[in-house]
Amino acid sequence: MITVDSLTRRYAGFTAVDNVSFTAQPGRVTGFLGPNGAGKSTTMRVMVGLTAPTSGSATIDGVRFADLPNPGLEVGVLLDASAQHAGRTGREILTIAADTMGLPRKRVDEMLELVSLTPSESRRRVRNYSLGMRQRLGIGTALLGDPRVLILDEPANGLDPAGIRWMRDLLRGYANQGGTVLLSSHLLHEIEVIADDLVVIGNGKIVASGTKEELLAAAGTLARASSPRDLAHALEQAGVPSTLAGDGSVRTDADPARVGAVALAAGIALTELRSAEGAGLEDMFLALTAETQREGVAA
Amino acid sequence: MSATTVSPSTNPAAPGAATVPARVAARRIPTSRLVKVELRKMFDTRSGFWLMSSIGILAVIATGSVILFASEGSQTYDNFGAAIGFPMVVILPIIAALSVSSEWSQRSGLTTFTLVPRRGRIIAVKLGLSVAVGVVSIALALAIGALGNILGAAIAGIDPVWDIPLDQALGIVLANVLGMLVGFMLAVLIRNSAGAIVGYFVYSFVLPPLSMLLASSQQWWEDLQPWVDFNFAQGNLFNGDLTGEMWAQLGVTTLFWLAIPLAIGLWVVRRAEVK
Repeated sequence: MITVDSLTRRYAGFTAVDNVSFTAQPGRVTGFLGPNGAGKSTTMRVMVGLTAPTSGSATIDGVRFADLPNPGLEVGVLLDASAQHAGRTGREILTIAADTMGLPRKRVDEMLELVSLTPSESRRRVRNYSLGMRQRLGIGTALLGDPRVLILDEPANGLDPAGIRWMRDLLRGYANQGGTVLLSSHLLHEIEVIADDLVVIGNGKIVASGTKEELLAAAGTLARASSPRDLAHALEQAGVPSTLAGDGSVRTDADPARVGAVALAAGIALTELRSAEGAGLEDMFLALTAETQREGVAA
Repeated sequence: MSATTVSPSTNPAAPGAATVPARVAARRIPTSRLVKVELRKMFDTRSGFWLMSSIGILAVIATGSVILFASEGSQTYDNFGAAIGFPMVVILPIIAALSVSSEWSQRSGLTTFTLVPRRGRIIAVKLGLSVAVGVVSIALALAIGALGNILGAAIAGIDPVWDIPLDQALGIVLANVLGMLVGFMLAVLIRNSAGAIVGYFVYSFVLPPLSMLLASSQQWWEDLQPWVDFNFAQGNLFNGDLTGEMWAQLGVTTLFWLAIPLAIGLWVVRRAEVK
């Protein structure tokens, strides 16, 4: 389990991570979401001791990462697939990591096979690798020590559709066996498919966290009627705030039963009434981070 | 007395429990393993391999040149040593600097320092290896020079001249180790390969002539130079037979130009962000 407790990291002039607390549970995939520059990568770097926190802490099963005797055997880390010496071969990078952890060399071949890098590809230098190949190598390095916790920053970047499917199955299986997975991604669809829990960060602060079901349910209700304006009006009369979307649908935070009752009382025939879950993670993400997006980073 | 005392309730692999199998408590990574890995990393890239190989190759070329081009009278061990020594002065500090700075410039430190979060251990291993590589390289160079001296003398039909006494040889080793430490110090301080190498050239090849120029025109600097100019103080090592005052000058300049910045660098490098 990963526990982040009141973590803050300040740089001269700005606060990259501001009092962030959350946990990533064993047996679950936790998705870490946020716009560019929200503090995802800084938080992850603090977790693995590459960046010192200004205050607060991050622990793996109650132990600070730097206090783990042989971290590679307990936590698999992939922060940036391109952060490798470009002059080393893929096989050499895995060999160095295996030697450091004290693992037998046959583990290197097992990993190359697991991440589908062919023997000839493994002997090429990393400078000649595509981003997708680097990601595969990075995932191989993370899994090398058979850790029980995985911390992955944008692992799906650069993978082809088959590769994304492969990684999704790999992480799902890993969590099902009791492993803890924390992954960040900009690919919202990916996160939506794989994550059990979500942590959304904006401007260095947690803006939402919980199970995926909770957070998406919070997205409210979507209803349609032949006259959306009448429906919105009826809802307003009943004290239910709602918005008229451009596509003729009416959205509200109230649950579907309430909307249905209001429509019935007003004599409005609904043509569609459902939880707005279908609107999905993207809407939730944009709504939750709208403020922080406007504040600066968004382009 | 028997195995029946083992409690079954502590079995973590209860059927159906979705837990990752319990494992033996990991042991701390032994330093010997870090030494092996870091040594391997000095050779396993093309640039690293050729940089290390170039020590031997350039020593052979330098020796050959002395045999071919130097007059009979100047075919002495001292001259062989000087010809081989110059490329060493350039290459060894670069090797020392790159071993540290490439972790940042090539960003491999992201992996290195997550596998071994106690950065001080890695840095200490790299420092030790740099010094070891320096000593071995100079020994190798002096050996190649000795072979050249014997060969050159045989070709010229003269007796080989052995004019490097032991204390001078040790002085040469010390001077080169100091040079490597300068490279290392700049790398932990700057944490960028290009910056560290440029810094080293400024330190060793730009500042000294400027200092000499100043000394030739300003009396006050000429008096002060041995106590302030690190290169000037090191120069005595190559000639051997240092006086107590020269050692003191070397000590003072080493303290200010190497030891203090190195201490600052080592302190900074353990806290610096790895991105």
